[in-house]
Amino acid sequence: MDNKSLISVQQLNVHIGNQHILKDINIDIPDKKVTSIIGPSGCGKTTLLKTFNRLLDNSADVKITGEVLVDGENIYAPDVEVTHIRQKMGLLSQRPYPLPMSIYDNVAYGPRIHGIRKKHDLDELVEKQLKATGLWEEVKDRLHASATRLSIGQQQRLCLARGLAVGPEIILGDESTSALDPVSTHIIEDLFVQLKEKYTIVLVTHILRQAARVSDNIIFIYMGKIIEMGPTHEVLHNPKEELTKQYVKGYIT
Amino acid sequence: MKRRKYEELFFRVLMVLATIFVAGSFFLIVGTIFYKGAPYMNLDMITKTPSGGFYIGKEGGILNAIIGSMYIAGGATVLGLLISIPVAIYINMYMGSKTFLANTLRMAFDVLFGIPSIVYGAFGFLIMVYFGLRASLLGGIIAVTLLVIPILVRTLDEVIRTVPFELRDAALSLGATRWETAKVVLRQIRPGIFTAVLLSFGRAIGDVASVLFTAGFSDNIPTSLHEPAATLPLAIFFQLSSPVEEVQGRGYASALVLTIIVLIITVLSEIFIKKFFKHKI
Repeated sequence: MDNKSLISVQQLNVHIGNQHILKDINIDIPDKKVTSIIGPSGCGKTTLLKTFNRLLDNSADVKITGEVLVDGENIYAPDVEVTHIRQKMGLLSQRPYPLPMSIYDNVAYGPRIHGIRKKHDLDELVEKQLKATGLWEEVKDRLHASATRLSIGQQQRLCLARGLAVGPEIILGDESTSALDPVSTHIIEDLFVQLKEKYTIVLVTHILRQAARVSDNIIFIYMGKIIEMGPTHEVLHNPKEELTKQYVKGYIT
Repeated sequence: MKRRKYEELFFRVLMVLATIFVAGSFFLIVGTIFYKGAPYMNLDMITKTPSGGFYIGKEGGILNAIIGSMYIAGGATVLGLLISIPVAIYINMYMGSKTFLANTLRMAFDVLFGIPSIVYGAFGFLIMVYFGLRASLLGGIIAVTLLVIPILVRTLDEVIRTVPFELRDAALSLGATRWETAKVVLRQIRPGIFTAVLLSFGRAIGDVASVLFTAGFSDNIPTSLHEPAATLPLAIFFQLSSPVEEVQGRGYASALVLTIIVLIITVLSEIFIKKFFKHKI
């Protein structure tokens, strides 16, 4: 992987309570590519994703050592503004959680808290991001209807648009299609592939076929350790490590 | 085989009987109040204050108590909400919802919840004596506020805990501060806040002991916070204690008024919640 990477993790260790969740993680996430983190349930892949935008901060009993560099800035340095870090990343969670407001306000929420007030600017932003996620045609006549009226697949695209509206450089997806039907899953996967032109994308998934479909690189984690990482094809079809082989074949779940 | 069938039948009959007993008590209570109070119910009751000799059966109504109760229950609920929302938000979103301190605080509020209202009355009375206040509308509002705070805090706490963590994460990951995230959570739980308000108002309007020393009683509608205020429960108590049949009847009529007020609030809130909270997940 090349030197220029937006996210670089160095010697990261995470303890939750007395459990050692992530052990000596060192990775460079390549820019403008889709990187999938795969591994069995409970291996620490979601925890790793959450360290990228400091979402573990509010959990009790978490101890984090090591560095996560985003744009060359250690996000765990004591004087870092956490809202500024999070603004650089859009998070797409397992299920869509629209904010309790209208479709328009969901997308406009982020820009508003970051100081964009003019209606004209907001209108433009909302339209742009809804178009980017292919939702515009479906919702342009009911922008002020409640976001919860949308189908779950539409909600997930709305959540993506909401994340994009704050102008992130990175998109984090935490099993973002696990609650969706096959058609919606397909739409979201296509969006990831389109969006990697402009964004660096990191996905957590337990669906190997999904990792194969959308990602350029794969990181395989097992029991809190990185076992293998590399280009998707290599890791899935020609794994070097015994554990990876077993996981890819479905012996470890 | 037979035995299991009889067991099923036995417990089913038991459940039906228990349900009938509870539902029956409800109708019996409402029915009694209605039966005894309705004949004495008239427009004067709810539009006039007591005139001379009201308590020996002469003219007047209980408007003083209706207004007094509304002032006290309304004031205490608003004041209680202003204190309880920050507390509930702080416990859940700043302290870490499952920490020792948060759980200790919850227990403290549970204990306060269970304290008889006469204790709040006594405590409110002490505060008033300390500040040199006399029995007044203000005193009543303070005592009842103390009474409703535990109800409000614990209800809001429960409601906030139903909000999925992922919703908070969603707001946080957009770069929202904790307070901005809290505002999203508050928006999400608006129906819950409304429920808390109703519970609080219902408790406040019906409580006697907390206003016994603190609000006093007056035949006039209070025009300032420093004047004593009548309350419905006390009005009912005074009238029912009277040996005059006419006055006793009015006591039941007053109870009917109180019940109807609570009923209207409940029904309105149901309608309100259904109509206005469409953004709920």
